[in-house]
Amino acid sequence: MGSFSLKWDKFVSVLIDSGGYKKVLEGLGNTLLIAVVGLVIGIIIGTLIAAVRVLPVPIKWKKGEFNKDRKRSVKYCLDKFFKGFCSFYVGLFRGTPVVVQLLVFYYVLLPLMGIKITGVGVSIMVFGLNSGAYISEIMRGGILSVDRGQMEAGRALGLSYGTTMIKVVIPQAVKNILPTLGNEFIALIKETSVVSFVGASDLYVAFNYIGSNNYEFMVPYIVMAVIYIVLVIIISIGVKMLERRLRKSDRRN
Amino acid sequence: MIDVINLKKTFNDGFEVIKGIDLTIEKGDIMCIIGPSGSGKSTFLRCLNCMEDATDGQIIYHDVDIADPSVDINVHRQHMGMVFQHFNLFNNKTVIQNIMMAPVHIQTKAAKKKGSQDKRSREQIKKDAYDNAMRLLGRIGLEDKANAYPSTLSGGQKQRIAIVRALAMNPEVMLFDEPTSALDPEMVGEVLDVMKELAKEGMTMVVVTHEMGFAKEVANKVIFMDSGKILEMNSPKEFFENPQNPRLKEFLSKVL
Ligand SMILES: Nc1ncnc2c1ncn2[C@@H]1O[C@H](COP(=O)(O)OP(=O)(O)OP(=O)(O)O)[C@@H](O)[C@H]1O
Ligand SMILES: [Mg+2]
Repeated sequence: MGSFSLKWDKFVSVLIDSGGYKKVLEGLGNTLLIAVVGLVIGIIIGTLIAAVRVLPVPIKWKKGEFNKDRKRSVKYCLDKFFKGFCSFYVGLFRGTPVVVQLLVFYYVLLPLMGIKITGVGVSIMVFGLNSGAYISEIMRGGILSVDRGQMEAGRALGLSYGTTMIKVVIPQAVKNILPTLGNEFIALIKETSVVSFVGASDLYVAFNYIGSNNYEFMVPYIVMAVIYIVLVIIISIGVKMLERRLRKSDRRN
Repeated sequence: MIDVINLKKTFNDGFEVIKGIDLTIEKGDIMCIIGPSGSGKSTFLRCLNCMEDATDGQIIYHDVDIADPSVDINVHRQHMGMVFQHFNLFNNKTVIQNIMMAPVHIQTKAAKKKGSQDKRSREQIKKDAYDNAMRLLGRIGLEDKANAYPSTLSGGQKQRIAIVRALAMNPEVMLFDEPTSALDPEMVGEVLDVMKELAKEGMTMVVVTHEMGFAKEVANKVIFMDSGKILEMNSPKEFFENPQNPRLKEFLSKVL
């Protein structure tokens, strides 16, 4: 026990006196930045993909008619193309580890395109694209879970498919999947702990730095674990509160 | 007002549900459609505003064949109200939002168009839609529910609100698909009363229903459908007192 308090003292001295706390704050900021912005990008991409994937298949036209009605046949091909592209995208990002995606973007794709961008920037991008693939599946389930009658009622009033989708179906879908989205956010927070692969300084980098300072890793890594747990608990509580607010349209009075 | 010519509908699985229907709906008609379950009543009604795409035939509405997939169906649907068996109120919107949403959205869009007659601002459109919605709610005695969510209402209240939501678009014709079938018996009356009032005001109505009493009392034409065809159409008196078609006779003997 005595040796632990010694280790603790060492940790505190690096943290406070040698300015380690600045690293920790920077790391915490980056971790949150990557996860939050990644989630927002992911929700936007995921919703778009889901919306494309649940589009009703346009009527297949008989051979003759296909040429006769060009507008329709173009619509049909576009629909096929977008649906194909979306499943390719989802398959690609769900089929490879996120570390591999980070490395490929940072060391291969972006240099090839001549784009210079920081490690944090790449991480935000990759986690956004990656979570977009996962969220699209969640969102698709959410959209399909909304009663078909909701879309029908909107259409019967003369609203377009898109308007009804945005004003009626997607808000209900989001409410249905909120707990799952919360889990996705928690998963994101945890997964960001690999961004040091592309030189982004996150929580892991900060505590690793403190540990390397005097070759004493036990306390720093315990504290790091505690910070992650606290983050996850705070998010869980936040999601619960948000859910309760959105539930108000379900409550009987 | 609506001319249905040789309408046919086959679902993707190859099952022909509507096997050629010809029907003319005149302004002010109150048509009740009755028939056994699975005979295609709902499908026919849904074809009228293209919720289902007809596979063959024409639906001529204001000189336009709306069954033709290249027409902008949204424009025509704005003049055809529809009321569903399961109400389908928007669950994420309050009662007043349910009623205001379509008019506000559609009128705002129309007003923005160049050369539009409607010079109102969005705020004015909203205010007008609100006043109209409150007036409609007043008609059914539910002003106090304006800010309630649908999940807090009884079935009868939901259906009456669904009716005024459709009315808020000032439709020329109202389509009802078994509007009282999902209701507890004690709530059927309040919904039928709203429909009767509408009928008195001269609204054109097409009503799929199992309420024979309503058909007898309110309709000017009653239609019997079976296996995708209209087998009999007559005034309610003739229809119920002197049915011709043997299938109709059998059906009436079972339900009356
Ligand atoms: N989307 C669909 N795909 C395939 N078959 C369908 C579809 N919708 C309806 N049907 C079939 O078409 C037939 C007619 O259905 P419809 O709902 O029009 O009957 P209905 O007369 O309204 O019956 P009910 O009184 O039970 O409402 C039924 O046999 C039904 O199974
Ligand atoms: Mg039906």
